[in-house]
Amino acid sequence: MSKELIISKIREGIVIDHVPAGRAMVILKILNISGLEGRVALVMNVESSKMGRKDIIKIEGRDLTHDELNLIALISPTATVNRVRNYEVAEKFKVQLPTKVRGIVRCKNPKCITNKPREPITSSFTVIKGGQAVLKCDYCGAYNSLEDVEKQLVSRSG
Amino acid sequence: MVGILINELLDEFEGSLNTWLGMDVISALDWGREELMGLFREAQEMEKHSKSSLSVMNGKIMALAFFEPSTRTRLSFETAMLRLGGRVIDMGSVEASSLAKGENLADTIRMLDSYADLIVIRHELEGAAKFAAEIADAPVINAGDGAQNHPTQAMLDAYTMWREFGRVDGLSIGFMGDLRYARVINSLVQVLSLFDVKLHMISPPSLQPRAELLDFMRGRGMRFEMHDHLEEAVAGLDVLYVVRIQKERFPDPMEYERVRGSFRLTMESLRGARDSLVILHPLPRVDEVDFEVDQTRHARYFKQAALGVPLRMALIKLVLGGVE
Repeated sequence: MSKELIISKIREGIVIDHVPAGRAMVILKILNISGLEGRVALVMNVESSKMGRKDIIKIEGRDLTHDELNLIALISPTATVNRVRNYEVAEKFKVQLPTKVRGIVRCKNPKCITNKPREPITSSFTVIKGGQAVLKCDYCGAYNSLEDVEKQLVSRSG
Repeated sequence: MVGILINELLDEFEGSLNTWLGMDVISALDWGREELMGLFREAQEMEKHSKSSLSVMNGKIMALAFFEPSTRTRLSFETAMLRLGGRVIDMGSVEASSLAKGENLADTIRMLDSYADLIVIRHELEGAAKFAAEIADAPVINAGDGAQNHPTQAMLDAYTMWREFGRVDGLSIGFMGDLRYARVINSLVQVLSLFDVKLHMISPPSLQPRAELLDFMRGRGMRFEMHDHLEEAVAGLDVLYVVRIQKERFPDPMEYERVRGSFRLTMESLRGARDSLVILHPLPRVDEVDFEVDQTRHARYFKQAALGVPLRMALIKLVLGGVE
C-alpha cells in the first residue's frame, strides 16, 4: 500500500502549504470555513523535508484577502500560498509578516481605549519580529502574544 | 565620564528653537534630551514666578478633561495656567457632565477642541490621550492614562533630581514598591533612558516591572538590577523613588500585609543610606513612607510636589508658544 495520501487537484482556489503541524484547524477557523462552503482538503501532520511535519490546506473556489494573508502570516509564518487557476499553480509566494496590523485583531488589554465601545477608533499594532513575533498595541503599549491572537481568532470565528 | 561631560556641554549649547510648540505631550518618548533640558531651564526660570502672575498666556484657554479623580495634577495644571495669565475651563466630574448621559470620548474632545487652545486629559483607559490627540487640533497633554503613562509627573520627577544634584547623569536611582502597575514608573524610566543612570528595581516578585518595560530598558541599553529587599541596594543610592503598593493587587489580604510591611520606608530601613540620599514620592502617600522620615534631610517629596507648578508653567508656555 502506498504511504502517500492521494488528494485530487483543485481547479480554482488556493493551497496553503508549509503550515506548522497542528495549525491548519486554526487557519480554517480564521478563514471562517466550516466545511459546508465548498470542497476543502485538509492534510495534517504529514512528512515534510523542510519542516519535519506540516499541514496542508486546499480550498476550492476561494481566494485570500490582504487581511487574511496577514493573519495567516502571524499564526503560521512559514506558510506558502499557491493560487491555482485551471488546475495550474498561477502564483506561489511565502506569506510575509506585516509590520503593522490594523483593525483585524483586538487588543487583549481590557483597559485599552481601543476596546471602548462607541468610539471611532481602530486597533493598531506594531509587529515586533523576534524568535516569536509579538504585537505591541500602538495605543496602550501592551504586548499581545501569538497565543493571545490565536485564542481570540479561534473564539471569534468559532 | 567623557560621555557625561559632552552631554552636559551639549545641554548648555542647546539652541533656542522651541520644538515643544504645538506638540502633543502623550508619552515620555515624544521628546529627546535637548527638549527636556530646554524645558528644565524654562522651569527654573518659572520658579521665580511661582507665587506671582505673568501675562504670557493672556487670552489663552486651557481645558481640563479629568475623567478620573486627581488632586495634585489637576490643581498644579490649573495653578500653572493661572500664574501664566491664562484661563481654565473644567469639564467637572464625569457624573456632572454630558458623559453621564452617555457621550463618547471622541465627541467630548471635539467640543473641548472647539473651545480651548490646549487640552489636558486624564483618563482611566490606556491610550485615551493618544486617541484624544488624534481627534483634537489643539495640543493635548496627557495627565495620566490608565497604568501606562504619566509624562508630566515623570518630567517633574527628573526635574527634581536635576535641581537637587545639578545633573541627572551618573545618578544611581532606586524604585521601590509597585513597579508593575504604577504608571509613573513607566514614564519616569522612559525619561531616565535619556541619561546615563543606574536603576535599582526594588519590589516583591509579583510587582516587578512588566515585560514591556524590561524590554524597553534592555533595548535602550539601560543599566539596572532587580532586588527584593531595600537593604540590598540602599547604601549605593542617590535617589530612592517610592510608590504605593495597592491592596487590590493582592487576592490574599495576608500576603498584602506581609508585602506592605517589607516595602515600607522607615528610619530603620534607611540605616546605611548615604547622607545625600534624596527620597521622592509622587504622592498621595498613605503609609508606605513613615511620617518620621519627613523630618530627615532625605525627604524631598513635598518640594517635588511644589515643583509641579513651575514645571507645568514651563510646559504650557513652551507648547502654546508664550512670549514674555
